[in-house]
Amino acid sequence: MNGNGFVCQSGEAVDTDFSGFSVPLEHSFEVDDVPRFSLRGVLQFRGGREHGVYLAQNQLSEKDRNTLKDVAAVDGLYRIRVPRVSLQADRQTERQAEGYLTTFVRACSLVESHLSDVITLHTDVSGCVVGVSIVTIPGSCRGIEVEDEVDLEVFNTTISVVAPVTAPVPETAPYIERMEQEMEKKGKNPQEQKSFFAKYWYLILGGAVFLMATSSAQTPPGGAREQS
Amino acid sequence: MAWLVVRLAISVSLLYTASAVFEDQVGKFDWRQQFIGKVRFALFDTHSQASKKLLVATDKNVFASLNSRTGDLFWRHVDKIGPEGHIDALLMYGQDAVVVTGNGRLLRSWETTVGGLKWETVLDTGRLFMLFCVNIRINWCIKLTVSTFDHSFQAAALVGVQDFVKYVAVLKKSAISLHDLSSGSQIWVENLPDSDTVQYQTIYSGGNGLVFVFGVVPNSHIVIVEYKIEDGEIMRKKSVEAAWMSSLESSCTVISSGILLCVDQITQSLYTLQLQSAEQTEIRQIHLQTLDLEVASGFQPVLTSTQPNPAQPPLSEFFLQLSPDHHILLQLKDGLIAPLRDFNPSYLAAFATSGERTVAAVMSPKNDTACSINLFSADTGRRHLDTTIIYHMDPNGGKPNRLYVHAFLKKDDSVGYRVMVQTEDLTLTFLQQPGRVVWVREEALADVVTMEMVDLPFTGTQAELEGEFGKKADGLLPMVLKRLSSQFILLQAWLAHLWKLFYDARKPRSSVKNEVTIDTLSRDEFNLQKMMVMVTASGKLFGIDSKSGTILWKQYLENIQPDSVFKLIVQRTTAHFPHPPQCTLLIKNKDTGLGNLYVFNPIFGKKSQISVPALPRPVLQTLLLPVIDQDYAKVLLLIDDQYKVTAFPSTKNVLQQLQDTASSIFFYLVDSSQGKLSGFRLRKDLSTELIWEVVIPTEVQKIVAIKGKRANEHVHSQGRVMGDRSVLYKYLNPNLLAVITESTDTHQERSFVGIFLIDGVTGRIVHEAVQRKARGPVHFVHSENWMVYVYWNSKFRRNEFSVLELFEGAELYNSTVFSSLDRPHPPQVLQQSYIFPAPISTLEATLTEKGITSRHLLVGLPSGNILSLPKMFLDPRRPEVVSEQSREENLIPYAPEMPIREEWFINYNQTVSRIRGIHTAPSGLESTCLVVAYGLDIYQTRVFPSKQFDVLKDDYDYVLISSVLFGLFFATMISKRLAEVKLLNRAWR
Repeated sequence: MNGNGFVCQSGEAVDTDFSGFSVPLEHSFEVDDVPRFSLRGVLQFRGGREHGVYLAQNQLSEKDRNTLKDVAAVDGLYRIRVPRVSLQADRQTERQAEGYLTTFVRACSLVESHLSDVITLHTDVSGCVVGVSIVTIPGSCRGIEVEDEVDLEVFNTTISVVAPVTAPVPETAPYIERMEQEMEKKGKNPQEQKSFFAKYWYLILGGAVFLMATSSAQTPPGGAREQS
Repeated sequence: MAWLVVRLAISVSLLYTASAVFEDQVGKFDWRQQFIGKVRFALFDTHSQASKKLLVATDKNVFASLNSRTGDLFWRHVDKIGPEGHIDALLMYGQDAVVVTGNGRLLRSWETTVGGLKWETVLDTGRLFMLFCVNIRINWCIKLTVSTFDHSFQAAALVGVQDFVKYVAVLKKSAISLHDLSSGSQIWVENLPDSDTVQYQTIYSGGNGLVFVFGVVPNSHIVIVEYKIEDGEIMRKKSVEAAWMSSLESSCTVISSGILLCVDQITQSLYTLQLQSAEQTEIRQIHLQTLDLEVASGFQPVLTSTQPNPAQPPLSEFFLQLSPDHHILLQLKDGLIAPLRDFNPSYLAAFATSGERTVAAVMSPKNDTACSINLFSADTGRRHLDTTIIYHMDPNGGKPNRLYVHAFLKKDDSVGYRVMVQTEDLTLTFLQQPGRVVWVREEALADVVTMEMVDLPFTGTQAELEGEFGKKADGLLPMVLKRLSSQFILLQAWLAHLWKLFYDARKPRSSVKNEVTIDTLSRDEFNLQKMMVMVTASGKLFGIDSKSGTILWKQYLENIQPDSVFKLIVQRTTAHFPHPPQCTLLIKNKDTGLGNLYVFNPIFGKKSQISVPALPRPVLQTLLLPVIDQDYAKVLLLIDDQYKVTAFPSTKNVLQQLQDTASSIFFYLVDSSQGKLSGFRLRKDLSTELIWEVVIPTEVQKIVAIKGKRANEHVHSQGRVMGDRSVLYKYLNPNLLAVITESTDTHQERSFVGIFLIDGVTGRIVHEAVQRKARGPVHFVHSENWMVYVYWNSKFRRNEFSVLELFEGAELYNSTVFSSLDRPHPPQVLQQSYIFPAPISTLEATLTEKGITSRHLLVGLPSGNILSLPKMFLDPRRPEVVSEQSREENLIPYAPEMPIREEWFINYNQTVSRIRGIHTAPSGLESTCLVVAYGLDIYQTRVFPSKQFDVLKDDYDYVLISSVLFGLFFATMISKRLAEVKLLNRAWR
């Protein structure tokens, strides 16, 4: 452990509840493209093993809406950031470690999707948030005009926390089981237990017929000689 | 039985993918070159006159025997990498070579004719002792072992008694042991007195029944211990004041009948000491001034003496090197030192003995490009007549730094000699009189760091024709005339070719040899022959013809730091006639991060005249853009530690293009020490802005590797056709990065390997997986829509393969273009793992021109074999239970174990020692992929993952086909005629 203590931060986390906590979600959209982050909403995590998350967010003000449209017009970026936190219950009391996780989406696609976005928080095995991603649905910029009053007021956000999946290991047990089943099936199959003659009677018969045919074809000349 | 059935089923189902080399194909399109590395010890076999053996031991822990007539290997033994296999000493007597390896751990004797091991002795008695002790009390014992038996190798020498060499003595830090030369059995071992204060460094025996061990207490005194050979009894021990002495090894030697001779730079003196006289306890000082000599300031003088026979005392003549290019031959006679001959200037000097005669060879500069080597008789210093060898220095190579001489007696009893010269760039040149180069070995190639394959240019005439289309039209008539003239040139070339064919046909087959030279280089019909540009760790660049393995050019870059990092970038290919192809090598100092660029033509190896941007700040990342300047060179962006971007080339045109496209140029940086991945976007003024950040806490896991996809990769089909005729579309994200992490916790139950698939533009984590109970080293390949990685399963103690495939699903989001910014839906990820029954050295995937051919994985095994494993076996859709649909799709039923079949070894018995990397390149034929494997050896071949579907077989029966065709043709003609006649006859009737 370094002097900082644990690397995931919960310093700015406001303890609202014994079993849950919350961190700010900040966003920035500027025409000059220099990030100045302001509060967009609050991410509330529920404790427990399955990381439930809920996002309480503010409406966009008149000024923000205009700025966002202006940024979209110059193809600027809409950025968001969250502080680095740990979602593990026993680590929430850990101390400050600087740093944010940032990501972005094109402002125009946010505008054209009428503020419907999907935010995903990715954690590592220990429950630290390692990355955040934002996409809008649809994600394209086609240059469609948007009436701000109706569509750009409220975010329609889907938020989720994704933990790493456990990669599969070679599945030997089911494979061996399957092999055994197949063996059994074969064992039961009467075809396998047929005797040698039962299996190859046609070959033997064919061979016998062939032999007989050849020998009978050779006998007449010999017989003829005997007679003469 | 069940396994057998399944294996049989698999092999039957895969019959068509099984491929192997036929016996008559061996060496047809593949070649291997074996290397040894930088020579540390080289000994000529002087046992018999006709012997061709040259024994070498190298820094790559290789012990080999070379044929001194051809430079080929007779045999080669490759020991373990690292200090365990390090060769400490090489001694030779008669037919036996004695080698000390592993810092004095093993003593081995080799039979030099066939390279067989005669005997081996473990010298590390301390280790044995420790094993014995562990059973009793661990702590106590290990302590004991470390303090008492701290063996580290110091010196070894052959010991002779009465003109006959019988023993070998090995000196370690605290003990000396004597071994029998014929059996290796230990005669005796003795601890050295006061070994904790005295540094024992060298050993000497003059054949009089005694072994002398020299030790030094720095800046205080020399200790000389005399051992009796029979039983190791200490006969005498004396210490002599020597306050000026810091180390024996570099400045002392024994000459004449037991006289220790030392040289010191500070006092500018020689010192002599009689070893066996009891009276002399004081060292005698001889000022160099009295001999009119002076050591160059800052240069550590070097003494070289020679002991032709280990059973007899050394000669009284010796070389003293006073400065890098000044040697002097001196002689000790009646206690007086007298100069025999002064060699100023001279680069290198060496003694050699043949029979009873000892000679000295001295290399002196002749002019700027050549050196002359002359032979002098050792006892008089007189020059032998007609013994000059002229050594021409390679203008693109380094300076000579080692000289090995092989002297022999000619029929008229005069001394003849051959020399081997090693240069800074690790070239071994073997010369004989009067300067004929017998052979050259490029040992820098034993350590290839990175390589590229570059297309060869068209021939001059073809290029002329090509160039015609590139030029602006200047009227109809001139165009027609030009066309006619170039066609005429082509006709001429063709006729010349025909004539040559005819001319060659009359000569015997063996004398017709298509020598590849730099002038005859041209692209073949199917672009199978390419130029391999190889960068070696010593800073030497090579251009090698991929068809024959001939080195076509070489260039030594001087002043390269030993562990620099190299990155080779092809900026312009050969496709842009008349602009020459252009490669750029970024050389980066590992410690400071400062880099510089070396721009060259990859076909001819010439340094380009283009001005290179200065890089005053450490370079973090390079990025080759598809943007090209007006000369068709791709633009290279270099990002420094202040996130400023330097463009190369940086013409106005390029800067304009960069400004226009800046908002769509993204790059990423990785700081593995902080676990931080960050994305940047280029601004119009070539500064950058941070746009995303992902931080993987280093307390839990550390980033070990990161890989994108290869830029020249083509994917032919966008999806896979399923059994029910629907299409499963691949997730083909060109910006996807595969990041591999390893856990910091190495406990076998808790260790894991992490796999992150991150979009390099948006920083979005596309997929994140954890392989539990796994450990590195991880090898992986990232290509198309899949990624394959190999790890060590620490629970089951085996290697495992895992494959990840990404699919978009049954529908494509946007089928025309892929944009990382507009692909909101995460891909479906399928994964499956398999057991691989062998360890792995390296992993690579085949690559073809259009990506139609099925892919194979090339697995480099530590045994030196390269396994070509069909990707089909690594398919996460392999079903557990076979169904109608999976059979329709040609999926192999899942089996947990990956087969290794001998016929999949693409290099049959041509194993590549210590394989470190595999490079694949597409050829002009879709079916064919060029493969180069490098390590200690270099192996080049072609692979055909889907067999040669676009090439007629070698044994294709042209005669039969054409005779059938002609036969049919004539038959129709004749029958037509007959039919006509018949019709006519019928009409007459």
